[in-house]
Amino acid sequence: MNLTLKIWRQKNNGSNGHFENYQVEAEEHMSFLEMLDVLNQQLIEKKQDPVAFEHDCREGICGACSMVINGRPHGSQTGTTACQLHMRAFKTGDTITIEPFRANAFPVIKDLAVDRSSFDAIMQAGGYISVNTGQAVDGNAIPVEKADADEAFDSATCIGCGACVAACPNGSAMLFTSAKINHLSKLPQGQVEHSRRVKNMVRVMDKEGFGKCSNVGACEVDCPKEISTDNIAALNRYYLGSVLFGQD
Amino acid sequence: MKLDAKIPEGELAEKWTKYRGSMNLVAPNNKRRLDVIVVGTGLAGASAAATLGELGYNVKCFTFHDSPRRAHSIAAQGGINAAKNYQNDGDSIYRLFYDTIKGGDYRSREANVHRLAECSTEIIDQAVAQGVPFAREYGGLLANRSFGGVQVSRTFYARGQTGQQLLLGAYSALSRQIAKGQVKMYNRHEMLDLVKIDGKARGIITRNLLTGKLDRHAAHCVVLATGGYGNVFYLSTNAMGSNVSAAWRSVKEGALFANPCYTQIHPTCIPVSGEYQSKLTLMSESLRNDGRVWVPKTIEDAQAIQRGEKRAEDLPEEDRDYYLERRYPAFGNLVPRDVASRAAKVASDEGKGVVKTGLGVYLDFADAIQRYGKSEAFSLGIANPSAEKIKELGEAIVKAKYGNLFQMYEKITGENPYKTAMKIYPAVHYTMGGLWVDYNLQTNVPGLFALGEANFSDHGANRLGASALMQGLADGYFVIPYTIGTFLADEIRTSKIANDTPEFLEAEQRVQNRLDQLMAIKGNQSVESFHRRLGKIMWEYCGMSRNAEGLKKGRQLIRELRKEFYEDVYIPGTTDEFNPELEKAARVADFLELGELFAVDALDRGESCGGHFREESTENGEAKRNDEDYTYVSAWEWDDNNPILHKEELTFENVELKTRSYK
Amino acid sequence: MRWLIDFLTSSIGKKLIMSLTGLFLCSFLVIHLIGNLQLFIPDGGEKFNVYAKFMTSNPLIKFISVGLYAGILLHAIQGILIWMENKKAKGSTYAVNTYDNGSWMSKNMGLLGTLILFFLCVHMGDFWFKTKFTDQIPMVTYDGVEMKDLYTQVYTSFSKLWIVIVYLIGLVALALHLLHGFESAFTTLGIRHKKYTPLIKLSGIAFSITIPLLYALIPLWVLVKNAANY
Repeated sequence: MNLTLKIWRQKNNGSNGHFENYQVEAEEHMSFLEMLDVLNQQLIEKKQDPVAFEHDCREGICGACSMVINGRPHGSQTGTTACQLHMRAFKTGDTITIEPFRANAFPVIKDLAVDRSSFDAIMQAGGYISVNTGQAVDGNAIPVEKADADEAFDSATCIGCGACVAACPNGSAMLFTSAKINHLSKLPQGQVEHSRRVKNMVRVMDKEGFGKCSNVGACEVDCPKEISTDNIAALNRYYLGSVLFGQD
Repeated sequence: MKLDAKIPEGELAEKWTKYRGSMNLVAPNNKRRLDVIVVGTGLAGASAAATLGELGYNVKCFTFHDSPRRAHSIAAQGGINAAKNYQNDGDSIYRLFYDTIKGGDYRSREANVHRLAECSTEIIDQAVAQGVPFAREYGGLLANRSFGGVQVSRTFYARGQTGQQLLLGAYSALSRQIAKGQVKMYNRHEMLDLVKIDGKARGIITRNLLTGKLDRHAAHCVVLATGGYGNVFYLSTNAMGSNVSAAWRSVKEGALFANPCYTQIHPTCIPVSGEYQSKLTLMSESLRNDGRVWVPKTIEDAQAIQRGEKRAEDLPEEDRDYYLERRYPAFGNLVPRDVASRAAKVASDEGKGVVKTGLGVYLDFADAIQRYGKSEAFSLGIANPSAEKIKELGEAIVKAKYGNLFQMYEKITGENPYKTAMKIYPAVHYTMGGLWVDYNLQTNVPGLFALGEANFSDHGANRLGASALMQGLADGYFVIPYTIGTFLADEIRTSKIANDTPEFLEAEQRVQNRLDQLMAIKGNQSVESFHRRLGKIMWEYCGMSRNAEGLKKGRQLIRELRKEFYEDVYIPGTTDEFNPELEKAARVADFLELGELFAVDALDRGESCGGHFREESTENGEAKRNDEDYTYVSAWEWDDNNPILHKEELTFENVELKTRSYK
Repeated sequence: MRWLIDFLTSSIGKKLIMSLTGLFLCSFLVIHLIGNLQLFIPDGGEKFNVYAKFMTSNPLIKFISVGLYAGILLHAIQGILIWMENKKAKGSTYAVNTYDNGSWMSKNMGLLGTLILFFLCVHMGDFWFKTKFTDQIPMVTYDGVEMKDLYTQVYTSFSKLWIVIVYLIGLVALALHLLHGFESAFTTLGIRHKKYTPLIKLSGIAFSITIPLLYALIPLWVLVKNAANY
């Protein structure tokens, strides 16, 4: 299939970006990133600068890939990362617009690659249970209601790709932060530090320059792991509870 | 060179306990003064960095990813083994030890494997305490499932994303230490060289991947947890960035590389669909519990299928060859990975493959759907259910068990596996070989440690399912925190290591020269194209089935390709900017050397064992191990022209060496 | 009090203020509507005018109305601030825009809010300002008590087509604002559960359509009635 790619090119964070058009010949069984490989091969053969994009596992779990395809993070296919999107979702003659994730807290590094270290900062503010190696009790000493364990797992499937932020018209990281918090708060192990965790992670989330959630729900729609905005509602509840009834 | 594995004295079951109780320790006030570098943030690296930080060491941790959480451990699907015996089905530490030794085809160290089995139970406790959401029963207790090659249910899992959940657990522990300032994290920093001072590993040279700046990092010792080298095959289930460079740079500084030829080829991956293919995707081993593997009986049918004129469901039962069930009636579709992979290759080589390229076999769930459908209809009390009803009920059960895998398959192939049989083919998945380490996980270079898939120690010639996560975490959480003390206890009087000594400056210059050399080639071919060609040579001559002639030829081809690489590779951009092509070039350059060593090792090992199959060493078409001549670890010292072999003889005092039979 | 300041300046705290003021304004919508529906009583406007007099003179109502104005201002100012902060947090927008990942309303609450604010200015100018600060409203006497004849003022105002159009635009904006805002306010409060979220959703839709529709009936009714009189 013959495609026109309209790709955002930006040399580095300091320079201005612009769109450039490319023609590429793809096959329907290719993954989207393999199609970009083909383009890059062409560019390298012509001694031009290949398009920089982040990718690693190419099986939808590492969360490295980060591009907006025709206005949608990871493309419009439900529950699919860009690396798992295949070209059979497109047809010959299509023009595909590819841009980087856009949000102030995700500065562009080059072309389609952005810096998502703000997510690490949020995690470091409390996305853990403080237990040193060797301090644990027997695994079965802490029974967990199956429904709670399942819900914790649903929240924990977040791959930290940042599609939620990219999809959000406010550049908010509430889905990411709330999923991280809800994962731990659904488990008995997570209760001890619950209040501190909630307050600290929200504080750092704000500090990193993310926007405020206005319950648009685009994050949930574009999340490749289909994480629910129920997490956001839960975080709002936890936060209020922590402020009103927490120790500090 | 005499290789001393430093295995402690005493009874197998007591070695680790006694050793832990008698080894040298570093006092807390001294730990504060000692710096440790950890390279890699997968299960082994993240858990090691976090735990060493908790103990009070000053840790510097490095990853080439943008975040520690992206390490490829995240992609592990199935589960993690632990000898908890929660199911009361007769599991024990000894049994896990025995299964792992046997599964590894008697090519691993007894003492290491036993320690691994001992640590396995603590890993589960630790992970649960961290909040890893393992699957649970309605009673709230942990659930287990069984995996290939064993007779007990000892695998703990978190749906099909166990690796992800365990890595996030280790990453959260690491994040906590970063927040405390106990670990200094360097994201997007790639280790490009090892620095030795007076024979001891004292630091690394890294490249900041965003700015291209080279940095010299000094410490009292260096821990590598940099994963495996499956990407030497280009196409593998590894992530695109997985590479051997950190380990290989250490080899260049004198570390030994053990058993490079031991590669695990996983039988259930999605087949290659075209030349453009960049990586392969694994479908969990658990599928073989219910799926039946087959190819057409005749080449004519196979060719019709390859041309797209026939489909799996068009072939009646009598025209199908369920070759695993036929060849291995005792284990059937659940034979170990290496056996299943080779059988698929044999079938495809006979011309009976079922995909366009001829390289693929069916994994069919039609029978399972029927079986589940009938039993579900019975339990629902439906008398004389219609064929549609049975299918509907059966599909629902299969969906509940494997839904996410089926969905992934459909996303990638565009085919609905409920309606038509899945197509699978083996792919490179895991490398058992790695840096040679002793019982302390220390390489032959003092102060240089290797953990997880980066070392060679625990899986012998073949790894059992759900054991990789176990080993990575055992090394990081429960082994290195102790054994690192055996080296550092003698270093408490060593003051802070300076990073501006001649050794550091020289190493930095070495790296700079190397990058400049690569940039200066300015040839015409892309890095990727060389990597692809290397992969093809590896797969053709050092793949699932190897012979002396092919290995020699493969080695020759790799050398020629390496020469061509240094004459004609083209790398766009410059060294002082974000330049993914340059990163890739440095990695591929290392693969081009490792690939040769791989062929050399495979040639040396004239037996078939585990993942290493030599056509010369068979009996009735099955792999034949040769214990008399090859019960050793091959530890290689790199030399451009003639790598030097050092042997570590393996002694088995507790298990009897037997032929693996699955017939 | 550090905690309170921290809370009110946090992203969730700010949203909570939006949520609480929004719900408070929703309750006002209901009260105001019930009063206004008295315009339909065919008594020449007596009930309505008496009610209006009560609303403008009762001290308790006066006190509450200060809260109402504060609520409106807080909701509007906070809304504008959040809108600006969010714009900054987003940085630049995409070349391709789609609305299948989140409703148009949810992405345009700032625009809708501004329209409502504009409508409120017209509305307040027409009634509240004229009542309080001018003598333009005619007087009427019931049972010896003199009061302003707001009933007649309603008819005067809504005889102008452009005023009716402004009202209709304002009410459509309100309906759209509510369609997102009502449920969103509950989510911000953390009130979400698979058992009762469908109920909140449904009530939200019903509220957002019914209330503005009933409000819209008033100018439309007057317009039609006036037209019939000619």
